[in-house]
Amino acid sequence: MSTFDDPFDADRNLGAGCVCGQHRSAREHEQAALRCEPVESEEKRYEGVVASAVMRAMFPQDVARRAFLKSVGASTALAALSQFFPLQTATEVFAQAGTPEKKDLKVGFIPITCATPIIMAAPLGFYSKHGLNVDVVKTAGWAVVRDKTINKEYDAAHMLAPMPLAISLGLGSNPIPFAVPAIENINGQGITLAMKHKDKRNPKDWKGMKFAIPFDYSMHNYLLRYYLAEHGLDPDTDVQLRSVPPPEMVANLRADNIDGFLAPDNICQRAIYDGVGFMHLLSKEIWDGHPCCSFAASREFITSAPNSFAALTRAIVDATAYASKAENRKQIAEAIAPANYINAPVTVLEQVLTGTYADGLGGVKTDAKRVDFDPFPWQSFAVWMLTQMKRWGQIKGDVDYKAVAEQVYLATDTKKLMTEMGLSPPASAYKSFSVMGKNFDPAKPEDYVASFKIRKAS
Amino acid sequence: MTSSLRLRAGLVSIVLLAALLGVWHLATRSTGATTTMSPEYAKLMGLTATQGKSAMPGPLDVGAKLWEHLRRPFYDNGPNDKGLGIQLGYSIARVGLGYLLAVLVAIPLGFMIGMSPLLSKALDPFIQVLKPISPLAWMPLALYTIKDSSISAIFVIFICSIWPMLLNTVFGVASVRKEWINVARTLEVGTVRRAFTVILPAAAPTILTGMRISIGIAWLVIVAAEMLVGGTGIGYFVWNEWNNLSITNVIIAILLIGVVGMLLDQILARFTRMVTFPE
Repeated sequence: MSTFDDPFDADRNLGAGCVCGQHRSAREHEQAALRCEPVESEEKRYEGVVASAVMRAMFPQDVARRAFLKSVGASTALAALSQFFPLQTATEVFAQAGTPEKKDLKVGFIPITCATPIIMAAPLGFYSKHGLNVDVVKTAGWAVVRDKTINKEYDAAHMLAPMPLAISLGLGSNPIPFAVPAIENINGQGITLAMKHKDKRNPKDWKGMKFAIPFDYSMHNYLLRYYLAEHGLDPDTDVQLRSVPPPEMVANLRADNIDGFLAPDNICQRAIYDGVGFMHLLSKEIWDGHPCCSFAASREFITSAPNSFAALTRAIVDATAYASKAENRKQIAEAIAPANYINAPVTVLEQVLTGTYADGLGGVKTDAKRVDFDPFPWQSFAVWMLTQMKRWGQIKGDVDYKAVAEQVYLATDTKKLMTEMGLSPPASAYKSFSVMGKNFDPAKPEDYVASFKIRKAS
Repeated sequence: MTSSLRLRAGLVSIVLLAALLGVWHLATRSTGATTTMSPEYAKLMGLTATQGKSAMPGPLDVGAKLWEHLRRPFYDNGPNDKGLGIQLGYSIARVGLGYLLAVLVAIPLGFMIGMSPLLSKALDPFIQVLKPISPLAWMPLALYTIKDSSISAIFVIFICSIWPMLLNTVFGVASVRKEWINVARTLEVGTVRRAFTVILPAAAPTILTGMRISIGIAWLVIVAAEMLVGGTGIGYFVWNEWNNLSITNVIIAILLIGVVGMLLDQILARFTRMVTFPE
């Protein structure tokens, strides 16, 4: 029995199998549904969580509870319950998580659509709802985000999903323990090529081309390398990969200095909007549902201000849930477009967020999941990133994949927070998925690394 | 005669400016619709793609945008979007602070080195090695050790504007005419008094020339430093607009950076004239 089915529902399916009958268990059904369905109001959600807990405590037997509900009806049951149990007070106590140790926080971000939940939480009031006063600060580049977070100028920051792993391992910086309570976005990148390559759609013909990526420790790097290698190109010898800040990618593409790039969105769409490139493919076609950016903080901040950190995570999870709804996307595009935030034309952001976009070749395409939002920090994502770091020689020697993943990706804490918020996190922090048709088993990372023909000899 | 020369020079300047603007305008005109697109598709595309508009803005675009900025130079829309006046203010404040620190260190130190041939020889290798280091090369080191981005920016200004001042002070002090010092010595003037009443006035024009070079360097550096660390300042403004690929705003920023740099230089030039003396 899942924690999240409604104990006031007399018709709830008690046996194996789910309500709709398409899944083996109620839990599987829930996991198939959106994991972060926001309820109309916070109070309602907390009330539901508290009332459910009380109801379950009073009638531990499902059958007995069902009989009781059948005889009096759910609303009467709730009313009866509140007669002798102070539901209202309990809800208030529950909703009032520990007071934040530090209310004025600074969160750094890079102006790309991946930062959507972090950014929108400011203008749309998600931070203030959780009792925080957050300044979201635009930052000039990934290395600067890293340094300013390490220097404690930022309390938390928008980072590429592999960055906290790299920082914790001391790759490209001193080893400082960092943690990820939430994934910012999934999908939301693309391979954009210069217009002159519009007839060269087969990656096998790309030998000798120059590609830009935003940062070495990025999903962009790993996905592009993966994609090239699957097509038989060695990314270290057959093509040139350059670390280039996103706005310069568009300018370099225009100047014919690079042939294409795998970049975070709004940059891909911006190249199309300016007529200098076309969308070769969305990163979601390489791995549907891959993580892109993360929300990260240092362990030190988490231990020194646990309540602030929890409130921050709640605000991000809340904003992410809001952003995952297609009907909110237009409003979000408008909220994050001004100079204070992403500083990009609204049309570009709208095309990215709604998924109805010009492909640069004269066609209009629609893919509602072009960028999507799901905060749960799957530890198997972290294991996959570590396998790629190992594959491309960023990690030398042995690595305890599971230990690092579990130390950095805070699935357990986030699960607890999500449960408190009345959301339904998945039961396990590991799931397998397939990247370009190849299955990844998080339990056997070393075998996975060994299975690739093209990789850096270490 | 001089007034007529000035008039003619002014006229030539205006003609050159007009010619420049004219060429610029002609070079960046729209070329009209380049391709036929479905209206649905065209709605999703920018003007460059749909109307063949040059990616480079024309002088009229820049003028209009500049007017927009000048009308409200001090607006403040939160931490990432402030008016140009505020951004320039931040940059000038940083430059002022770093520069002031450099003055406080460079001039007394330059005096000491200039008056002591021993120190001069001993410190010379250090100065020669440190002087040519690019300002931005200091930035990662500063960020890493100081652990504060705005202090790092000030440090970079400091470290880069110190050398010309120091060298010029040393040179100015060391090349004060021997006769003057000897006269002071025969009149039994003490070292401190000699430094202030004889050497300082004599070396002042050279010192101020060094300061003038330094302020130019400081202003060059701040824009690059702010682009690197972001946050506030005119350099951040350039980076933010570059991020938006808004060349119009980048050009405006370049114009303003030039104007402010010229003003700073003129202020120092005036001081130099004030302390210059006929021999």
